[in-house]
Amino acid sequence: MPIQYYIILALALFCIGVVGVLVRRNAIIIFMCIELMLNAVNLLLVAFSKMHNAALAATNAQAGVEGQLFVFFIMVVAAAEVSVGLAIIVMMYRNVHSVDVNFLNRLKN
Amino acid sequence: MNAIIFSALIGVVMMLSGIVIKSKTGIKNLAVILLFVLLGGHLAEFYGVFNIHLDTHEMLATTRFGMFFNTIVITATLFYALLSGDEVVKVGTYGAEYFALIFFALCGVTILSAYNNLLMLFLGVEIMTIPLFVLTGSEKKNLKSNEAALKYFLMGSFSTGILLMGIALYYGATGLFTIEAARNPNDTHHFYGILLPLGLLFIFISLAFKVSAAPFHFWTPDVYDGAPSVFTSFMATIVKAAGFIAFIKLFEIRAFDMSFSWKILLPLIIVLTLLAGNITAVFQQSVKRMLAYSSIAQAGFMLFALYTPNEFGKQGILLYAAAYSLATIGIFAVLMKMKDYTFEGYNGLAKTQPVLAAANTVFLLSLAGIPLTAGFFAKYYMLAGALKESSSNLWLVIVAVLFAAVSVYYYFRVIQAMYFKEGNAETIEVKPFFKILLIIVAAVIILIGLMPSLLLDLFYA
Repeated sequence: MPIQYYIILALALFCIGVVGVLVRRNAIIIFMCIELMLNAVNLLLVAFSKMHNAALAATNAQAGVEGQLFVFFIMVVAAAEVSVGLAIIVMMYRNVHSVDVNFLNRLKN
Repeated sequence: MNAIIFSALIGVVMMLSGIVIKSKTGIKNLAVILLFVLLGGHLAEFYGVFNIHLDTHEMLATTRFGMFFNTIVITATLFYALLSGDEVVKVGTYGAEYFALIFFALCGVTILSAYNNLLMLFLGVEIMTIPLFVLTGSEKKNLKSNEAALKYFLMGSFSTGILLMGIALYYGATGLFTIEAARNPNDTHHFYGILLPLGLLFIFISLAFKVSAAPFHFWTPDVYDGAPSVFTSFMATIVKAAGFIAFIKLFEIRAFDMSFSWKILLPLIIVLTLLAGNITAVFQQSVKRMLAYSSIAQAGFMLFALYTPNEFGKQGILLYAAAYSLATIGIFAVLMKMKDYTFEGYNGLAKTQPVLAAANTVFLLSLAGIPLTAGFFAKYYMLAGALKESSSNLWLVIVAVLFAAVSVYYYFRVIQAMYFKEGNAETIEVKPFFKILLIIVAAVIILIGLMPSLLLDLFYA
């Protein structure tokens, strides 16, 4: 398949994530949208990795391996972020019994 | 490489020390001692005494510029721990963990000053910000702290997503993650032409989020205001300066000035940042919130270093990092001694605490960029660099000077409250050691202001 399809798919997923973050008000759903953004990037990186490998395999069989390596780092960091992020959301839920991001704004005033 | 390894290991030591050491002063003293160890280890590398060398496949490249920045950052953290260490352990029951998180954030900062590969940029940014999410939310029962943590976390990971998208597109265009790759993209496919600028734009937006440049600054006031004051002090100074160092390293390779559009985009962002920061700071009632907006305004000046990546800009950002960090750490240290964070709370401080008021005045003058303080030369280098690059930047320099004049208004409001208003400013207990330290920090700021070459000679020696 041509690389353009992968780029379009990844960008579409990414845009869904961005719009979700900007539009939704539930902290958990915003969080899921951010994960969607990160995974769109993973998909794109793997596609590019394969593309570079196909283009340069004749001279360098290892070409494009960095892209796949990067994906592992993204997964690890995303897992670290999830643990901190969920802890913050739980902390907020304990105090206000809601995960609505506008709720705290209203409480302050 | 010493600073990266030392700060990570010291973070672990600090974290585990919480099991053994129960007294709060003990934890603070240990943190200060460990910071001295970190500084010593880093200086040993700086002067070529001893260096742990690891083969990182050129993902990290220690430069003199980066090492000098690390020296400034570690010294500033040392002053921070000495001045505000007592407040850190007071935030909650986990004093050792707070310091451990600060060390981990420092590890991220040192990676950002040395990265040579976008993978390290990503890891450095994450290692730096994830501990800060925790620190921001460390007052667990406080709703403002909760909100700040949630907002910071959502904005932080959102901008990380954008950063990663930028890196992926960059990789697609160049086939490499090294920062030099932007110079010579391979052009076998026609659509590569769009991928590289698009990728760089995404990276730019993400880093603009991190350094809170307008129009991506809206999270800053809430987060800085809601976080416990000690950690705001750390976030607004050291972490912000590190964001700029990461930014500069990308701009240094001149990937950005290939196209005409950057020449329009960057001045626009500088003017917007100066406008958003300065104008809103004027209307604040709380000094802490005013400082949050002033940090946006100062970021506007620091952005000049990106616009003019010449020697002036590089020296300027180092001076700026030192001057701004020291002054802001000092102001926050005084702020934390106040019982009331509003401007009225400072009324008559000069009578009750003359030393605090005098030191605070020096810090505020430095932030405003009044001559004879470090802040003046920091601003001067930034603007001189812009003029040196091209005289057509004159309008930008004039706009910046006008906004610096606006900033004098809200900084002087604090000075006016301290010296010329009747009142009885209430402070919590102030130790003599704290006063001596404040005087030392103020003296350093004036010394740099009199002879900036002292600091910069170290850079070129």
